[in-house]
Amino acid sequence: MEICGLAVSATQRGKLISAGYTSLSSLSSVSPSDLARDLQTSESQATEILKAASHCGRLDKSDGGHAIVAGAQTAWDMLHEEDLSRRITTSCADLDKILGGGIACKEVTEIGGVPGIGKTQLGIQLAVNVQIPVDFGGLGGKAIYIDTEGSFMAERALQIAEARVEDMSEYHDFVRKNFQVCQVQMQPQDFLKNIFYFRVCSYTEQIAVINYLEKFISEHNDVKVVIIDSVTFHFRQDFEDMALRTRLLSGMALKLMKLANKCRLAVVLLNQVTTKYSDGSFHLTLALGDSWSHACTNRVILYWNGNERYAYIDKSPSLRSTSAPYSVTGKGVRDSASNSKRIKMM
Amino acid sequence: MANKLLSEMGLPKSIANVFTARNLLTARDVLSLTEFELMEVLDVGLAEVKSAVAQVSEIACPAYQTVSILLEQQIKNEYYSGHLPTHLKGLDEVLCGGIPFGVLTELVGPAGVGKTQFCMKLSLLASLPATFGGLDGRVIYIDVESKFSSRRIIEIGVNSFPELFRMEGMAQEMAGRILVLQPASLAEFTESLQQLKVSLLQHEVKLLVIDSMTALVSGELEQGPPKQHPLGWHISFIKSLAEFSRIPVVVTNQVRSQSRNEVSQYCFQAQSRDETIEGSATFDSHLVPALGIHWAHAVTIRLVLEANSGERFMKLAKSPISPPLVFPFNITSCGISLLSDTGVEMTGPQINTIRNQGNSDIINIHSTRF
Repeated sequence: MEICGLAVSATQRGKLISAGYTSLSSLSSVSPSDLARDLQTSESQATEILKAASHCGRLDKSDGGHAIVAGAQTAWDMLHEEDLSRRITTSCADLDKILGGGIACKEVTEIGGVPGIGKTQLGIQLAVNVQIPVDFGGLGGKAIYIDTEGSFMAERALQIAEARVEDMSEYHDFVRKNFQVCQVQMQPQDFLKNIFYFRVCSYTEQIAVINYLEKFISEHNDVKVVIIDSVTFHFRQDFEDMALRTRLLSGMALKLMKLANKCRLAVVLLNQVTTKYSDGSFHLTLALGDSWSHACTNRVILYWNGNERYAYIDKSPSLRSTSAPYSVTGKGVRDSASNSKRIKMM
Repeated sequence: MANKLLSEMGLPKSIANVFTARNLLTARDVLSLTEFELMEVLDVGLAEVKSAVAQVSEIACPAYQTVSILLEQQIKNEYYSGHLPTHLKGLDEVLCGGIPFGVLTELVGPAGVGKTQFCMKLSLLASLPATFGGLDGRVIYIDVESKFSSRRIIEIGVNSFPELFRMEGMAQEMAGRILVLQPASLAEFTESLQQLKVSLLQHEVKLLVIDSMTALVSGELEQGPPKQHPLGWHISFIKSLAEFSRIPVVVTNQVRSQSRNEVSQYCFQAQSRDETIEGSATFDSHLVPALGIHWAHAVTIRLVLEANSGERFMKLAKSPISPPLVFPFNITSCGISLLSDTGVEMTGPQINTIRNQGNSDIINIHSTRF
């Protein structure tokens, strides 16, 4: 591996090259004091360089096979962990079914669709549903809602939370017949208190929020879902340098993925649609281009099929491509009224 | 926040000086670069860059609120809980009080269906004193298509609020509160929008009407798929205007007929096999909003006005708080009025289709004569 990939500042890299250290292997057997003399820098700086070099080297050798790599996890452990972690329900049984039980933690899920199909509704619903207490089969977490479009309506969140409380008290009555548990009855206000709302007004702020999230989450425990509504808005307006856009977007995607993994939470990105010209005709496709479509783990497309709203799994490493109907009612996202059972296999 | 100066962020002196020396002055400059690029440009180590970026991000990040506080503030601070009543009873009910403050409301429909009538009625309502259910403020009306008629506004006023308009000088005062701008080009429009930002707050403007967004760009939209939307900047600017001045913004949009080679609005590439054929066959006789899907994402409330077999319908096609509803309406000397205050719920994508067959019988009579 070349020295150019090393995470050191430009002057130090220049010094390294001029002193003849052009590859990582040439750094592997040199002592800090020798290096400091060759580069004419302090010994502490030389130690820093060697640290960075050994860090790079370790990643390089990771294909060695027998060595157990630091930070890795076996597939068996991952399976076990996945079984233990709960998913966030969408309040629509069919949708949950095709999603394998709901929105998964430690994954980035992108949801896109035409205007008015219910993206924001689904976002608010998830922000409320993540708070269903553990006793009721939920996660008992908190939600971060990052609003870039200004389409979040507090009144609507209240409506959805009220409907949720109603549903829960029904369940509560049902459970009480068997056990004397669950005296924690949540009020709609409690739901609203646990949604942290960020209003973002430019792409710089969007990046800033995402950078800051890790710290924010460490200060506020139990955040289980981060919803960005929509990830697209600021990147679609007023952006001349498309290369910069791609760079910023991929940086953002990486940070979100890291966050999802590290803090064990679900990241839900809402995306808009755009028209794409291919094969001599216009198609609708999710916005932000082809390189962005690699950024998320799961991709769900919402669309109209006749008179019904449908969700379609467009991309997922573990779920099959199926579609399922859902509906948006006064109470929030619910099962489709006309067919409750049928799921069409594509 | 994005243009916040680095020098005011309290970064460690040594690194703050390096940023200044490289001409990275604002949060935007710094956050547009990756950590690796920053190391290159600034010539400092990874750890310093990381801590600096973290600090810049934290400061540039907007403050958060919990939704319950948000709701409390809305109830406390804004009279009429942030809505401009349309005085159309059914519509006001489903929209929780009228056209909401702080977001974009769009009226889309074919020519002559009543978009401008609706806009003029709303301008009048916003200028009325609070005792008559108005907002008692000024109105800025950006009349791109030169269709604004002050005579008609007074007529609507006299007919809907006779007791108020009969008072001496009241008509003059009400009409005096409506400021009409008539930009002739996109550049002029852009300029007046920028000037508005300041005057909205200074002069107690309570409503911004733009009639219409489409006229200025209709020429440019027709050729090919544009890489960037010609109104991209305007869309985000108008949205932020609405947000920061907390006023309702009403925008109209024209329609165009859908070209045959365009796939139906509601099908995706992935599902295009079976549904598209059926979909495009039924939809291609219909009209679509002139500003495309990009714009449709930006509006919060979309009202579709359409005419069908002599009747006019108002369809609430997109709203975060109401199910899709259809109201029949007509246009009288009082402006727009609903024929029924209970909307009919409409499922499926028909809510977005725009019909315009209102004049066909008249035109047919003429054509048979020749």
